[in-house]
Amino acid sequence: MILYTLRRLGAMALILLAICAITFSVFYLLPDDPALDACGKTCSPERLADVRHAMGLDQPVVAQFAAYVTGIFTGRTLGTTGLECAAPCLGYSWQYTTPVWDLLLDRLGASASLAAGAAALWLVAGVAMGVVAAVRKGTLLDRGIVLSALTMTSVPVYLIAALLIYFVILRSELLPYPDYQPLLEDPAAWAGALVLPWITLAALYAAMYIRLTRASMIETMAEPYIRTARAKGLPERTVVVKHGLRSTVTPILTIFGIDLGGLLAGAMITETMFGLPGLGKLTFDAIGKSDQPVVLGVTLLAAFFITFANLAVDLLYGVIDPRVRYT
Amino acid sequence: MILQVSDLSVSFGGVQVVDGLSFSVERGRTLGIVGESGSGKSVSSLAVMGLHRTASVSGSVLFDGEELVGAPAERLRRLRGNRMAMIFQDPLSSLHPFYTVGEQIAEAYRLHRRTSRREARARAVEMLAEVGIPSPRERAGEHPHRFSGGMRQRVMIAMALACEPDLLIADEPTTALDVTVQAQILELIKRIQAERGLAVIMITHDLGVVARVADDVLVMYGGRSVEESPVRPLFKLPRHPYTRGLLASIPGSGRDAEGDGDGGRLRAIPGQPPSPPAFPPGCRFHPRCPLATDVCTSERPLLLGEERRVACHLEGATR
Repeated sequence: MILYTLRRLGAMALILLAICAITFSVFYLLPDDPALDACGKTCSPERLADVRHAMGLDQPVVAQFAAYVTGIFTGRTLGTTGLECAAPCLGYSWQYTTPVWDLLLDRLGASASLAAGAAALWLVAGVAMGVVAAVRKGTLLDRGIVLSALTMTSVPVYLIAALLIYFVILRSELLPYPDYQPLLEDPAAWAGALVLPWITLAALYAAMYIRLTRASMIETMAEPYIRTARAKGLPERTVVVKHGLRSTVTPILTIFGIDLGGLLAGAMITETMFGLPGLGKLTFDAIGKSDQPVVLGVTLLAAFFITFANLAVDLLYGVIDPRVRYT
Repeated sequence: MILQVSDLSVSFGGVQVVDGLSFSVERGRTLGIVGESGSGKSVSSLAVMGLHRTASVSGSVLFDGEELVGAPAERLRRLRGNRMAMIFQDPLSSLHPFYTVGEQIAEAYRLHRRTSRREARARAVEMLAEVGIPSPRERAGEHPHRFSGGMRQRVMIAMALACEPDLLIADEPTTALDVTVQAQILELIKRIQAERGLAVIMITHDLGVVARVADDVLVMYGGRSVEESPVRPLFKLPRHPYTRGLLASIPGSGRDAEGDGDGGRLRAIPGQPPSPPAFPPGCRFHPRCPLATDVCTSERPLLLGEERRVACHLEGATR
């Protein structure tokens, strides 16, 4: 188990390094010249060379990459600008002139709040509706649930978000326009700003969980051990929940780990639509401004969350399924 | 008479799978129900247990004097696992992979007897010991995948018998097991039956199993009973051509469907068993019967006789 975990952590480090390298090369290959952006419109070639030198962009790409990776662990000084960047250093945002790491930390709260609330919503609603649809398979209720799930997956997020903003905020004024505050500072504003984004994301994801749960439950309920449970005289509710749903946890958890990991690094469209100061909004703005260190940082953070969630899920299998043993 | 079934019919969406089946079992006795797959033997037993959720069941199932056909689902649920229990063919997939065997045995006991967790747990260990599982206390805490096939079936038996039912329905309990293990499981069922005076219905396609455990035999073909008899006379002199065919297909039996044994040649019954939507008219066995006459193709033979009952037009004509 410990050996397995260590091996997986090693693999995780390699994956992250590879993702880092790929993202780094993509930016290097882009025609965009960050030095030109930093230098401004009236930039003489000499001045441009100076800026490029100051930003460390005149170094060979391999040296730049090495400096970047080392910086994550040891911190570094950027080029000749004298800008100190403490470990974990993901570079400086060209847009804000602050360390990328600080920006990420600053924005993580909103994204994590959004992800956690939405996840709780869609998990409960999605699994519950999936179970009901499976148990009532073939009935009108089942068809209704499946149809609405299909509809929800087909509708783009921005449309759901726009409709919610229009009807709930603008038309009926049930909620004020979102003004996000950290949970610990102003819980009411926090919740008020997050309700609609939660619903938006949950609607999107719940559809998938309905279909997954339904399919998985239909399969499980046909298993001989379900017949055994009924032959024991267990009430149908016990048969469905204790014996049926218990077996469905594994596939749900697998998807859930990946979804939650990905969402922690920000839901770009939802955050942008609702003006939430999260990682998704940060990324959206950074892409618009060619703020490559920020995009690189968010990409790495997302990759970290996803690989970490995967590892956590794989380790949880051992707790959930007694047949799983790690070697 | 703990179980008396009369004129039981089961159909799924208009397709009749079991047609007018009658049988009874007494305490301490074993009824063997024999037939090929699709003959309706498992369907009938599931109908007795009320485990068919989509089937329409007619006729009468009297369990200890109580009518079960048309009884409320809740009433049937309280009987299941409590006064009548069932074990199945594949003991691995019939056990929940995520719960320990102790939990699975204790579950029904706790539910029906309303005992504490601790008592139910003790009962599970006791039952594991009774079905011959070594170090039952430790084994109770293990999951099904840690048990061998035979041990799993012992667990199933322990689970079925925890509440001391009056009736045990065993649906092909040894089919998935090695031959030596089969014998052990059958001996175990016989032993517990003798100790408790349990009524057993043994559903099987294997006449060897019937010969070993049954007191009475019911042979099913195409959803109907074709022959019913105490076990010894049946093996000595099978009367229905299908029963003869079944016996002839046992290696070394030295019989064939015409009844004139030709020195131990193995004979298979030609053709395939019919499936419910396409049951042939008249005697359902006639397309495969070597002795079929015109009347067999059109008229349904009645199940006639006293101690032994046979549904064949040739009965009386040839004897």
